[in-house]
Amino acid sequence: MGEVGLEAYLFVGAVLFVCGVVCMATKRNGIGVLMGVELVLNGANVNFVAFSRYTPLGLDGQATALFVVVLAAAEAAVALAIALNYYNNHLTIDVDRGNELQG
Amino acid sequence: MTEQLLFWVFAILTCGGAVAVVATQNVVRMAFWLVVSLGSVAALFFLLHADFLGAAQLLIYVGGTVVLLVFGVMLTASGHTIRVQASPAEVMLGSGVGLVLLFVLLFGINSVDWADVSARIPAAGDSPAVVDETQDRHLREQLASATTPEEKAAAEEAIQAVHARRQSGRTVRQLGLSFYGLRPERDLNQPAGQSLAPGYLLPFEIISIHLLVVLIGAAYLARAKRRATSGPGVDL
Repeated sequence: MGEVGLEAYLFVGAVLFVCGVVCMATKRNGIGVLMGVELVLNGANVNFVAFSRYTPLGLDGQATALFVVVLAAAEAAVALAIALNYYNNHLTIDVDRGNELQG
Repeated sequence: MTEQLLFWVFAILTCGGAVAVVATQNVVRMAFWLVVSLGSVAALFFLLHADFLGAAQLLIYVGGTVVLLVFGVMLTASGHTIRVQASPAEVMLGSGVGLVLLFVLLFGINSVDWADVSARIPAAGDSPAVVDETQDRHLREQLASATTPEEKAAAEEAIQAVHARRQSGRTVRQLGLSFYGLRPERDLNQPAGQSLAPGYLLPFEIISIHLLVVLIGAAYLARAKRRATSGPGVDL
């Protein structure tokens, strides 16, 4: 358990990213898929802020992370509106039911 | 030492919350674990001296986005839909691929010499980390060459001051100015005649228009129109 460095934060970001990807891939609930997206974006944010702290990049990483937070909030709003529409049309939130476009 | 302890606590909470989000099948519990994970990420931001970003993470993510998700759960979950599970084979396949991906990522992070990489990045002017590093090195040289106890005490005090300033991590004003298009922390110590560092005025304006579009679009998409009658995609 040495000094906390860049790698430790990158490991946390990697775990968040992988959890988000697995969440997106295995959940059949549409809201669960959205939560996976949030986890992935947070993993990216951890990396941005860690690089802004431990490299000479300065404040750029934090500014980018702030943009990511705002875009994630916007994405969640639109995706939830789509999920509500989906639920109104299908009476379920199971994403496997959305297969009408298969032809 | 305290920083290390806090880092390990919040890193374990972050990773554990994320794993619990994946492992739980109940959507409401998933939302709870998401709160735990995102809140711990905010704590990690505070540990990384990003005070404004940590506060924004708490306000926007934990206070806004997760509440939005919970509202989504409430509006869509009705008894039989609250547990929609993937088949065990899919779960096994997904976690296997996830473990492989995690291994690849950890191996990649481990095999890069990050100190060398960050040494090759051109120093961004007056970024707080660089200034503190150079000052710190300078003061340590002073301390090494000090002869009298008074000089030694003064150098140690200066080093303490640099460390205290590094610990404080006040980024609000710098972030606000950079969104206004000004980068004083970069421009002030540059030699005359150099072009100014670019700020984030244009992305800031774009994102404000984007938020307006999202507001209108989400309100349009989610407007009340109940036509949940028997259609081609409904088989209840």
